Amino acid sequence: MLLQYLSLMRQEVSLIFIAVLVLICELTVNQRYKKVVIPITLVLFGVHTILGFVPFDGGKLFGGMFATSHAQALMKSVLNVGVFIILLQSVAWLKKEVNFQKSNEFLILLFSTLTGMYFMISSGDFLMFYIGLEIASIPMAMLAAFDTFRSKSSEAGIKFLLNSALSSGILLFGISLFYAISGTIYFDDLPLYFSPVSPLFALGFIFFISGLAFKMSLVPFHLWTADVYEGSPTIVTSYFSVISKGAAAFITSILLFKVFFNQLYLWKDIIYLLSVLTMTVGNLFALRQTNIKRFLAFSSISQAGFILLGLVNVDSLGVTAIIYFILIYILSNLSAFGVVMAIANVTGKEEIKDYNGLYKTNPLLSLTMMLAMFSLAGIPPTAGFFSKFFLFTDAAKGGYYWLVFIAVLNTIISLYYYLLVVKAMFISPNEQPIERFRSDIYTRTALLITVVGIFAVGIYSPIFEYIRNIIDKF
Amino acid sequence: MSFQFTILIPLIPLISFLIIGFLYSKMSNKLAGIWGSVSIFSSFLLSLFTAYRYFFEVGRVNGVYPKILGFDFEWLRFSDSLSAHLGTLIDPISVMMLVVVTTVSLMVHIYSIGYMKGDRGFNRFFAFLSLFSFSMLGLVLSTNIFEIYIFWELVGVSSYLLIGFYYEKNSAVAASKKAFIVTRFADLFFLIGILILSFYTKTFDFISLTDPSNIAVMQTGSITFMGLSVTTWALLLIFIGGAGKSAMFPLHIWLPDAMEGPSPVSALIHAATMVVAGVFLVARLFPIYALGSDQALQVIGYVGAFTSLFAAVIAMTQMDFKRVLAFSTISQIGYMMVGLGVSGYGNEAGLGYMASMFHLFTHAMFKALLFLCAGSVIHVVHTNFINEMGGLRKHMKITHITFLIATLAIAGFPGFSGFFSKDEIITAAYHNNKIIFYTELLVAGITAFYMFRLYFRVFWNQEASYEHKPHEVEKTMTIPLIILAFLSIAVGYIPFGNFISSDSMPLESHINWGVASASIIVSFTGIIIAWVLYKKPSNLPERIVSSIKVLYTWAYHKFYIDEVYLFVTKKIIFNLISRPIAWFDRHVVDGAMNGIAWTTSWVSESIKGLQSGQLQKYALAFVSSTIILSALLIYILLNV
Repeated sequence: MLLQYLSLMRQEVSLIFIAVLVLICELTVNQRYKKVVIPITLVLFGVHTILGFVPFDGGKLFGGMFATSHAQALMKSVLNVGVFIILLQSVAWLKKEVNFQKSNEFLILLFSTLTGMYFMISSGDFLMFYIGLEIASIPMAMLAAFDTFRSKSSEAGIKFLLNSALSSGILLFGISLFYAISGTIYFDDLPLYFSPVSPLFALGFIFFISGLAFKMSLVPFHLWTADVYEGSPTIVTSYFSVISKGAAAFITSILLFKVFFNQLYLWKDIIYLLSVLTMTVGNLFALRQTNIKRFLAFSSISQAGFILLGLVNVDSLGVTAIIYFILIYILSNLSAFGVVMAIANVTGKEEIKDYNGLYKTNPLLSLTMMLAMFSLAGIPPTAGFFSKFFLFTDAAKGGYYWLVFIAVLNTIISLYYYLLVVKAMFISPNEQPIERFRSDIYTRTALLITVVGIFAVGIYSPIFEYIRNIIDKF
Repeated sequence: MSFQFTILIPLIPLISFLIIGFLYSKMSNKLAGIWGSVSIFSSFLLSLFTAYRYFFEVGRVNGVYPKILGFDFEWLRFSDSLSAHLGTLIDPISVMMLVVVTTVSLMVHIYSIGYMKGDRGFNRFFAFLSLFSFSMLGLVLSTNIFEIYIFWELVGVSSYLLIGFYYEKNSAVAASKKAFIVTRFADLFFLIGILILSFYTKTFDFISLTDPSNIAVMQTGSITFMGLSVTTWALLLIFIGGAGKSAMFPLHIWLPDAMEGPSPVSALIHAATMVVAGVFLVARLFPIYALGSDQALQVIGYVGAFTSLFAAVIAMTQMDFKRVLAFSTISQIGYMMVGLGVSGYGNEAGLGYMASMFHLFTHAMFKALLFLCAGSVIHVVHTNFINEMGGLRKHMKITHITFLIATLAIAGFPGFSGFFSKDEIITAAYHNNKIIFYTELLVAGITAFYMFRLYFRVFWNQEASYEHKPHEVEKTMTIPLIILAFLSIAVGYIPFGNFISSDSMPLESHINWGVASASIIVSFTGIIIAWVLYKKPSNLPERIVSSIKVLYTWAYHKFYIDEVYLFVTKKIIFNLISRPIAWFDRHVVDGAMNGIAWTTSWVSESIKGLQSGQLQKYALAFVSSTIILSALLIYILLNV
């Protein structure tokens, strides 16, 4: 029995184990040995990431509250890859004097939010889902306020907490409406009570979805993002815009697939609308940004709109395309954030115009950034092209030609601002470009992983087939 | 017996190209030259080995040489029935082309070590030579139309790079652009032809395309368009592509200008290998031409005959050494096309096909030799114009003798290789089409005349006043000349029909003495006239020229074909088509785009206010959005 618990919850258990280990180290280990905690954590998390890909049978625990399968394990593994890269990128920042005292705190908070996401992904009923959601959200607010001495950071933390509370309230209200209709909170039982559809269901659905849309920062539930993304430390911003968003997208696709599948005809228009709004408004905001962090944050809003393309007709190709898209999105976006952080760590510069002439002094960083921009914009042969291609294919297969058309138009608009960054680095002249510097080994490893990923995941087609095989069995 | 290794033949030059290209500035000139030559030498040995194994170890199976897929790799899969492969196809003509390409390329590599010595672009030159060798070998080994098209464009690019090698010179840049544009223009038709052909046959593959039973299927299923069957249209379009590369009239205009490239390049690309790609293409698809469409084959025959005459007439009047040779190349390729055009499929009827391939083979040797000799002469006297040369036989003995051998070969002097191959073509024409036969006979005479005009003018005649005393060129340059001179004689004695024929059955060729004596007499007449006019200085040529002033001027100006092209492009296409389109693009298309961009940034500016930073407003937006969406979903629900 215990063995069954361990095998089904192995990812959760090993992650909590790492988190607790860091906590114990924080409390007991001598100050002098503190600097080995980060490398050890990295190694452990790396092992945890690799083991996540080992296939195990799925099953249910706690009377159905916790349900997992190979597909859910894969989603967690994709998040793991992203978190691993973020950990690598955070080392240089954590080693700074102001942060070093709190470095273990950072790791524990990061792992806590990830644990919450795990439980959300593997939840079998709304209770487990909600607990997961809160475990993920509250440490996130603390992460946003991590730079305590900076008022902007504290502001970001408070704003996230309050907004999050509001959205949780509405989401809970939605869940309670579902309970009112059906008298159950189990995902497996709920669909039986939903038809015939009542207006109460419609109300509950929107309340519920708005909570998830808040997490994915879909327009018009995105307003918090600008302030929070800008105020948070860069590493947290990248965590927000990549991991948190990816997890929310996974959960949304699972729930739409599992619980609300029969009402597809009803909510597909809502998803359609949200998708169009998110892509377009996100793009319009991104066009005007001059700060590279804000720019990446807004462009990530627009990217979330593309994810919804895979949801308008819920089928296995759509879910496959979403997982594939998020994997590539993680790699591309973290590649861009990695460069931004590497530069910010050394020079503190964050404006796009500071990047003018970067190619002359730091050619490798510029090329990495260029690749990331190309991949985010979806230019072949980078992986970003293939991921968008599959999402578009899926939407077109469902007959949503207008949606695909709007998505393509938005891709073109996004190309404009992604290329602005490339232009700044390669073409715009600058009297005093950022000086030549060399990042530490962790940052360089992280960037290498992302660059290899940007090429390999797209061109090496078995990866897509691998995901597809798993989802087909889901 | 495995032919897997044949993939190495093109790959070795490719690797050489990459290495020389990447280590461009780090490699010494000597190393780059030797490296390139050793690479092509390995390909050469492998080609000889392939030929030996194919013709002698594998030999005939059921009386014919089999078509063997040496190497096959599925590259792109379009659908279950259609996919693009890369690989090597081993059959008699591809093996022959392997030998031709690697032999000439090897000679040119060695020659270039001496010829290019001290040139700033030495390494670049060898890198491009390797790139070209790779592309050309890939072209001849292609297993399907798709692959051949890729390499077709690659040789075009290499040719472009090498013609424009001296890119400081405006004329070289113009010539390279001209060559690229003209051949690309022709390739457009080639592509359309490929698409039509593969649409009707559902295959790219040469083996199944040229299978006689498939051709019959294609014939019955095909429809007609403007009086010609679709097969004929496809084949004619493909031929246009071939005509572009092989400089057939009226797409020949790029080849004379291509002489701006260094002489070894002219020898390799614009005499021996790339320019015969069109002939090779038609030969590759020959069963379809012969069995599928008589009309297309007739067109090829007439175009070839006209081109050979047209170019030969121009060649008589040109004063630039290399241009004479360029027009002579056009004329000789015309011969090869004639050979294909007058040929049938199978047995004796396939004589023309065999003769054409034979001529391609011999021509590659002696024409490469002629260009390399021209290169030596120009290298020494620093001018291209034959009226500034003369009496060089005393100073450059080896060049003189080898040039004479090549000249005798091209003039069809009995005993030299050109005699055998050209004679077969004329014989085939005699059996098939009398108009073409008489034309080609006349061209044989003109060829003998203009080649000996060149020979006497440069090596005999009055010695011009040279700035430096002429001297023989160095050994790396003379050795290839001697080898090629030997080959120019020897390859004529290969029993060619045993190896290559239209249906791969052995074809016994006899010299038709009636035809042969006619062509011998005509050539001798040409040689004698040249002897009389140019061996010693005389004013006879000028007197003749002034008596046919108009004709001479027209021929000297290449019948103003270039001017016609300029008129059509500059006056008609630019003014009537391009300018209106440019206007539309600048005002309507750009205007619309600017409008969209302006609107986008205006909207972007105006929604900025939403992002106020005030938490209450965010909450308001959140809640009201939820309410609006709920209303919307309930509305949808009630209306489903």
